[in-house]
Amino acid sequence: MTISSDSYSQTQRGWYKRNEIAITPWLFLTPGLLFFFVYVIWPIWQSFGMSLYDWNGLGDINVNGTYIGLENYNKLFGLAGERADRNFQISLWNNLRWLVLYLLAIPAGLMIALFLNQNVRGIRIYKSLFFFPFVISQVVVGLVFTWFYLPNNGLFTVITNWFGFQIPGGVLGNPNTATYGIIVAGLWPQTAYCMILYLTGLNAVDPEQVEAARLDGAKGRKMLWYVILPQLKPATFIAFVVTIIGALRSFDLVSIMTNGGPFGSTRVLSFYVFEKSLSERGLQYGYAAAVAVVLFLIMLVFISYFLWAMYKEEKAAR
Amino acid sequence: MFPTPVQKTSAGVRVSYQAFLPLALILWLLPLIAVMIFSIKPSVDFTTGNYWGWPTSFEGFTNYGRVFFESDMPRYLMNSVLITVPTVIGTVALACMTGFALGVYKFKGNLLIFFMFIAGNFVPFQILMVPVRDLTVDMGLYNTKTGLVLFHIAFQTGFATLFMRNFIRALPFPLIEAARVEGVAEWRIFWYVVLPLMKPAIAAMAVLVFTFIWNDYFWAVVLTQGVESQPVTAGITSFNSQFRAAYHLMSAGSIVAALPPVLMFFLMQKHFIAGLTLGAVK
Amino acid sequence: MNSIIKTSFAAFVAAGIVASATTANAQSLTGDLVIFSDMHDPAPRAVMNDMAARFGEMHPDLNVQVTIIDREAYKTQIRNFLTANAPDVANWYAANRMLPYVEAGLFEDISDIWDDQMSEELASTKGALSVDGAQYGVPYTYYQWGIYYRKDIFDELGLSEPETWEEELANCQTLLDNGIKCYTVGTRFLWTAGGWFDYMNMRTNGYDFHARLTNGEESWTSDEVRETFANWRTLIDMGAFIDDHQNYDWQEALPFMVNGEAASYLMGNFAVAPMREAGLDDDKLDFYQFVEITPGIPRGEDAPTDTFHIPTGANNKEAAREFLKFVVSAENQTLINNGANLGQLPVNAMSEVDDDKFLQQGFDMLSNRAPGGIAQFFDRDAPAEMAAAGMEGFQEFMVFPDNLDAILERLENTRLDSY
Repeated sequence: MTISSDSYSQTQRGWYKRNEIAITPWLFLTPGLLFFFVYVIWPIWQSFGMSLYDWNGLGDINVNGTYIGLENYNKLFGLAGERADRNFQISLWNNLRWLVLYLLAIPAGLMIALFLNQNVRGIRIYKSLFFFPFVISQVVVGLVFTWFYLPNNGLFTVITNWFGFQIPGGVLGNPNTATYGIIVAGLWPQTAYCMILYLTGLNAVDPEQVEAARLDGAKGRKMLWYVILPQLKPATFIAFVVTIIGALRSFDLVSIMTNGGPFGSTRVLSFYVFEKSLSERGLQYGYAAAVAVVLFLIMLVFISYFLWAMYKEEKAAR
Repeated sequence: MFPTPVQKTSAGVRVSYQAFLPLALILWLLPLIAVMIFSIKPSVDFTTGNYWGWPTSFEGFTNYGRVFFESDMPRYLMNSVLITVPTVIGTVALACMTGFALGVYKFKGNLLIFFMFIAGNFVPFQILMVPVRDLTVDMGLYNTKTGLVLFHIAFQTGFATLFMRNFIRALPFPLIEAARVEGVAEWRIFWYVVLPLMKPAIAAMAVLVFTFIWNDYFWAVVLTQGVESQPVTAGITSFNSQFRAAYHLMSAGSIVAALPPVLMFFLMQKHFIAGLTLGAVK
Repeated sequence: MNSIIKTSFAAFVAAGIVASATTANAQSLTGDLVIFSDMHDPAPRAVMNDMAARFGEMHPDLNVQVTIIDREAYKTQIRNFLTANAPDVANWYAANRMLPYVEAGLFEDISDIWDDQMSEELASTKGALSVDGAQYGVPYTYYQWGIYYRKDIFDELGLSEPETWEEELANCQTLLDNGIKCYTVGTRFLWTAGGWFDYMNMRTNGYDFHARLTNGEESWTSDEVRETFANWRTLIDMGAFIDDHQNYDWQEALPFMVNGEAASYLMGNFAVAPMREAGLDDDKLDFYQFVEITPGIPRGEDAPTDTFHIPTGANNKEAAREFLKFVVSAENQTLINNGANLGQLPVNAMSEVDDDKFLQQGFDMLSNRAPGGIAQFFDRDAPAEMAAAGMEGFQEFMVFPDNLDAILERLENTRLDSY
């Protein structure tokens, strides 16, 4: 890039020199924007278009597909005389479970961070090891937990058997527990992430304020709530952002641990999109695109909130 | 410091804290420890139902040896490297430029573009899935590492731009002003003034993107299909079907697959954490 | 032996003696022949590589390349490579499973190679490869389904192969009384439950009803279908199936049979190889046809056919056609399906069935004792959406039989929406 802008400036030196400050940012932005547009922005638009078609993904959408307007959405939500799609509802409910329970990673991460925020020998290694689950790929986390939950022989099952209770079908084989089993697996790395955010945040807490509050008699929970947490606000914000995004992105774990089963009870929207298009018995690309659009719109609510929060911060910084 | 340092508390609290620390760690890593134990067990332990007892023999070398010499695991690992490293380089290059443009210049649409990058980074993968797959197919890059790398670069640029731009924002602006007054060309300012200052950000970015891409599973499944191009996250499912129900080998395979980002983390811990916190929590 | 034949072939060709139409083209095949295959398990993989090698030897100027992809992964990837980087030859399945690809114009019409001779030799599978009178692929193997059981356990308990539903239930009760499950099954990937449904329904209502049902012409809430599930439920309520089967895939369900915790397995013949490997020799393992349920109904059987196709995007269609002809030839069929190789049934009527206990029984069963008709398999006979919903419902039924009404209503809705 630098070379081309250089040669560019040689041929049209006068004009370029005069407008250098105005032009340079665009030259620097072009490759990034181009990539981003081709691979992110345009595909989103295409998916919106695709969701208006009945298309099995084979051949060209304009030749082999049929334009059906909002029919796919009618099917999803059961509008205009269509039956609502039960699998879509299951996915939606599971996504809600993910969203709510995944947020537990934030307080859990904070608790572990508080527990580890000490200065004893070897604490650095402890912190690293506690963080370690986050570095492992979700595929491996999924496998690890699948084996952990194995009926009869999984360590989890062995331990629960000591306490005399059994989950019929195993954690992942029972439709009442499977989704929660997967969420717990997801919480493991996510809690580690939140923990590291808070550990870094706690490092930056103003010691004078803490001392001052101590002199005022603040202790324990009160101190945490009124003195520490407000100072951890930026960490909480980021933890919130990444946790929400993580919850809505939950594909890998579902795919690895249960493949949506038993009998489709652990589906989430992201998995359902894949299932309806690229999976073995998919072949409903238009319909899958409609599900993807719904997921996108849900995400958009959160994205808007995040952007708004960041915008306020930007404004304040100026 | 909060909570109160244990050094300032009673001896009882101090001792129990020290004792509880390793215990908590073991509990926290229990699922992983289980897999590690599996990976050094002989296969006979699984057929005789001795899942959790003491291993009847230590077969760590045999098991890991088989992972490396009797499966496609080394090829998958190599693919992962060949996908991850170019992506890291590409992303860092692009993001340095976009971050520079958005962080240094004031122009109409600056904030809009910046927010677009952030928003794009949060988009659900599934809405991109079919169009990106079709695009990759049309370019003749389906089932190639290149196809995967190009997409990863594009997508990671969103996140990396956010990070780089904020970092550049925090640099002392007078430095750039001074260069301009001297009549230094803008691209030279980027190359000789800003870039050297960005080294820590580049390191953080590189480690983080490395981990994200290494651990990617979804796009590997969508854009690649065989041992010639699939990274280890996707390859491990074929690996597991090869060694079905052979828990000792599947466990060893998983550990091998997970190891590179773990090493990266332990080697580059400081940068890693700086990246994760988006530089916002200093 | 084989190499001798090949060498002599080569000698003939070199001497300019044209032996038959097939070898006439032999010297003209050049370039690359790219084959994508899902024959991923060790035995099929060896067969595929061997076929490619033998074909390559016949055509020395042809460069045959085989890419073998994991069987499950292949099912999703075929869509990508058919449009993106089409090979010259690809594996797939017959009947409804190939229909979307035919309709999208991705499989080549190869009616030209289905000449009179081939149509006669492959008569039994021609229908499963035809769409509107044209053929879009060739079969290379098929296999029977049925009950594989532990003969030694049956002998020990004084049981014999059942013929009727009552005998089946009585056997099962004896097994259960001795602490042995009647059937192992792993329903994690759903299709194994589809096999159970196929048999329960074909035996309760007959092949014709079953064909109409998978074709969308019968209601899922009909009395006939309920009768099928009522019979199935008898087994479930007895506790005939192993526990927690929704956690296992079909291979993970094998150890229950091998360890003697379960006595039988409703499966395709491909399960014999891993069971033998796990130590169940022919004294311990045997096979019987799924019993009669409704007396007098002609028995139909599942016998899924696996196939080869030429993608329309193939580069070397001439060589691909020759390869397909080579695959279905009587000699090759005899060879690749014998017990030492695939261990399945040859599709060519002129081939010989290997002298293998299970293949002989299967061949006899499909030729002489399946007057009802031959079905492909639930997920190949029913269209994708129905197959997916159906098998999910079967799995749920096997775990929660009380949910039957809701399940059937869902399936009926799917039927109304998807045909």
